[in-house]
Amino acid sequence: MMKRSILTGQRLVAVFLFGCVLFNYPVIALFNKTGELLDIPLLYLFLFGAWGLLIGLMAWVIEHRQE
Amino acid sequence: MTKRILIVDDEPNIVVSLEFLMKREGFDVAVATDGEAALKSVEEKRPDLVLLDIMLPKKNGFEVCQTIRANPGLQAVKIVMLTAKGRDTEVAKGTALGADAYMTKPFSTKDLIAQVRQILGES
Amino acid sequence: MLQSWVIASVSFAYLGVLFAIAYYGDKRADAGRSIIANPTIYALSLAVYCTTWTFYGSVGRAASTGIGFLPIYLGPTLMAGLWWFVMLKIIRISKANRITSIADFVSSRYGKSHLLGGLVTIIAVIGIVPYISLQLKAVSNSFTILLHYPDIVMPARAAAQPLLQDSALYIALILAAFTILFGTRHLDATERHEGMVAAIAFESLVKLLAFVAVGIFVTFFLYDGFDDIFDRAELVPRLKALMTVDDTGASYGSWWSLTFLSMLSIMFLPRQFQISVVENVNERHLARAIWLFPLYLLLINIFVLPIAVGGLLHFPDGSVDADTFVLTLPMAEQQEALALLVYIGGLSAGTGMVIVETIALSTMVCNDLVMPVLLRWKSLRLHEEQDLSWLLLSIRRWAIAAILLLGYIYFRAAGEAYALVGIGLISFAAVAQFAPSIVGGIYWKGGTRQGAIAGLVAGFAVWVYTLLLPSFAKSGWLSLSFISEGLFGIGLLKPQQLFGLSGLGEIPHSLFWSMLANIGCYVAVSLRRRPDVVETSQATLFVDAFRHTEGDQRSRFWRGSAQVQDLLPLIGRFLGPERARDAFLIYARRRGVASIDQLEANADLVHYAETLLAGAIGGASARVMVASVVKEEPLGIDEVMNILDEASQVRAYSRQVEQKSHELEEATAELRAANERLKELDRMKDDFMSTVTHELRTPLTSIRAFSEILLEDPKTNLENRRKFLAIIVKETERLTRLINQVLDMAKIESGNAEWHTADIDLREVIEESLAATSSLFADKRIGLEKRLAGDVPSVRADRDRLIQVMLNLLANAVKFCEEDRGRVTVRLFAEGGAARVDVEDNGAGIAEADQPTVFEKFRQVGDTMTAKPQGTGLGLPISRQIVEHFGGRLWVKSSLGKGATFSFTLPLDAGEARQEERRQND
Repeated sequence: MMKRSILTGQRLVAVFLFGCVLFNYPVIALFNKTGELLDIPLLYLFLFGAWGLLIGLMAWVIEHRQE
Repeated sequence: MTKRILIVDDEPNIVVSLEFLMKREGFDVAVATDGEAALKSVEEKRPDLVLLDIMLPKKNGFEVCQTIRANPGLQAVKIVMLTAKGRDTEVAKGTALGADAYMTKPFSTKDLIAQVRQILGES
Repeated sequence: MLQSWVIASVSFAYLGVLFAIAYYGDKRADAGRSIIANPTIYALSLAVYCTTWTFYGSVGRAASTGIGFLPIYLGPTLMAGLWWFVMLKIIRISKANRITSIADFVSSRYGKSHLLGGLVTIIAVIGIVPYISLQLKAVSNSFTILLHYPDIVMPARAAAQPLLQDSALYIALILAAFTILFGTRHLDATERHEGMVAAIAFESLVKLLAFVAVGIFVTFFLYDGFDDIFDRAELVPRLKALMTVDDTGASYGSWWSLTFLSMLSIMFLPRQFQISVVENVNERHLARAIWLFPLYLLLINIFVLPIAVGGLLHFPDGSVDADTFVLTLPMAEQQEALALLVYIGGLSAGTGMVIVETIALSTMVCNDLVMPVLLRWKSLRLHEEQDLSWLLLSIRRWAIAAILLLGYIYFRAAGEAYALVGIGLISFAAVAQFAPSIVGGIYWKGGTRQGAIAGLVAGFAVWVYTLLLPSFAKSGWLSLSFISEGLFGIGLLKPQQLFGLSGLGEIPHSLFWSMLANIGCYVAVSLRRRPDVVETSQATLFVDAFRHTEGDQRSRFWRGSAQVQDLLPLIGRFLGPERARDAFLIYARRRGVASIDQLEANADLVHYAETLLAGAIGGASARVMVASVVKEEPLGIDEVMNILDEASQVRAYSRQVEQKSHELEEATAELRAANERLKELDRMKDDFMSTVTHELRTPLTSIRAFSEILLEDPKTNLENRRKFLAIIVKETERLTRLINQVLDMAKIESGNAEWHTADIDLREVIEESLAATSSLFADKRIGLEKRLAGDVPSVRADRDRLIQVMLNLLANAVKFCEEDRGRVTVRLFAEGGAARVDVEDNGAGIAEADQPTVFEKFRQVGDTMTAKPQGTGLGLPISRQIVEHFGGRLWVKSSLGKGATFSFTLPLDAGEARQEERRQND
């Protein structure tokens, strides 16, 4: 059975909440503008960047958990 | 030679009665009403015997007894302790400190005199 | 030119490879060496989420709404963050209860209800069939388009084709056969299909590979990288608009609701439940999936927008359906191999979804819909059958075929009404209806069967009205006026602007109303009554899943008697006699029993049997079946509550133990203190006796000595005789006084003293006491000053006792004053509701440290410094006792050499005291 590390769970929930903020109004409205950064549309870059960041955070939390 | 007796008690009426008794028996009598006066009197007058009450002001009878016994020059002094507290522990304590006899108040005057004479080797 | 036989044979070859993988996986599983016992394979198999709807449809949606397609994949990413708690709990509950489908889960949670299981099954089938038809449509379209290679020809309306020439029909049939082979080769109590999972994981790799290949081709070969594509898009206003979402509230609302919807879908789509819960080999695998699965989603989406823009740039005239860009772009560039790879990728996405979804649905249909009916159908005489496993298998096989056929029928009838993405979202909205009952069910014990049914029915009804019926209308089965005018022409009932709610997209609109109805009914109906026995016990198993170790909990809710000879054949009828015997042997061995015959048919075994059966025919049916062969004594609700209480009692008990030991420590400390106090009291009593003895013996000594002197010597002179007799008399008086005071003290302390309480004027008491002691003052020539206030009210006290106190204080004052120079002041005044008397002298005074001791018995302060004072040493303690008896206080204020003031207070008469107080407050 998987040990339920409460700390790991809480970290993941924190990532979840962080993601909820990133992927919702008003934060996406900040990037919802025409314009490009590094020749990539701003919103596209932000969404995939934030997405990658969340995955990275989750991977870090999961792979560094202590059981 | 007349033996000298020092009476140490803080109850005036008891002092009066003891003084009268001892004088009547022909002893030379001195009186002290507290512990310190008693020690001073022992030094000065070198009594042959001390009738020593225990409940005394300034220094109690046990302390006085102990001090006398600690002085090599006073080894000849006999000590008879008198106490109104008749508990066994106090009798034992007095004897352990070097008292020659121990009498509980109220005492029979005859017994007291006999005891004093016996200790002084006069009977 | 790709010949149809080439495409067909590649397709079959691919399916063959899949089957080989599945076959190999099953073989390995049977041998106990699972090839899917690997977290990466688990995460890959979860990617069954990405169907042709993702593979082809995302690009189509991106081409029309731009970046707005993304929430469908952001939702699952977010949800993965909650899996650690939520998914793990569902997995653990399902394993402990052998739950094999989402319908089984809901039905088990709410007391193993057939009705609920059936309801969930029906909702799932109705909600998912369009989704299946979508897969058929996509695969058949891609086949048709590829067939025309290198020309790009959009497929004609499916309905226009003769039935027997419709590739979708053949695809449906082939998939049905394939699924039956995959999913129902044999019956397993756990409903796990390891081979299938391995094949699904493989398919996930293929579709990702194919999609990324197209993405790279379009982005880097057709165009010059991301920047090139986006730069070109900047120049076309229509394309530029795709890079942002509308900056309106409705648009953000829609973004949010799609995210929310996909969060629920990743949990409650039947295929996701099948893969993530039922097929889970080891719950540890969940951990890696939490980040690996979102990563998969990110990778498969990164090229969606570039491909959409590339397609729109490449086919500017709109002749090519954006849903086909993934396939048509490579075709337009004559990339034959790439086009074939894309086709295979799409095939992977479609078959993967269809296989898992139909297996999941067929399990539900069999266990929660068909079997309950058959088992009740007495004329079928099923209860006489020895082996029903064939029946179960064939029901499932027929169910698979029927579901696929339904999907095909839907495709023929309505498939053209919507773009692919539209159909997918309708299905999502249907399965979202399971969320309240399931999430509520695993976190809230108060949910009841009726509540779950009400919520599901209400939510589903709203879904039908606001999404399904409009889709029928758009397909031409209903009048379009239904959408534009509302039901019966009532504007408020417009299905997509219900009660006048406008400005939302159809999905957010439907999601809002259906969730409102669903959650509202679930909670409201649940709260109408207390959960009954079965609901309560099931609620505990589910909600407290993390607290219990597997198995032990369930048996506690069962009481009854059973026979192994009844149970074994029962299980054998559904699992097959061989498997049943094996399962019982495993159980026996685990218990350390040599043979099945020696097994004791206790609650544990009954539950083992029921669980085995639950895997095959669902929880509700299993319960009915087992109940038919065992005698169950029903537990009352009180008993169930008691069992539940036990658990909390154990927790409460450990808290109590902790508390008790703490209390014990405290009690020990108290006891020790009390013991010390007792010892102290004992010592004090001893001292008291010793002191009393001393005080008695001292006068006796004088009396005896003088009496003996007088007795022995009658000739004592007259002067001495008088003196001695006077001493005897005086000492006798002293003795009498002492005895009186000791007795007085003892009386007061024991509470036996007589008190004659009356209203007393303190002035009078003081005057009388002064008169009585005037000779003492006169003897020592001590001055007296009186300051007695005239307006002091009376006090309640014993007059004689107060005089006793005053006499004692005055005698003390005189005693410690020097002759001639002594001066005593007596004061009386009212103070704070009390009368106060001071007796001040200018004598020796009492050191601070000795002040408390003067009130102790026989403690005569000053013995050591001056001549022994007269008195018994009981006067002050007795005085204090008297004053305190009347509610007053007696104390001394003094410092050495500066005299002493003894003061006491007595409370004024109650009525007068109140007046006094009022006067002071004013």
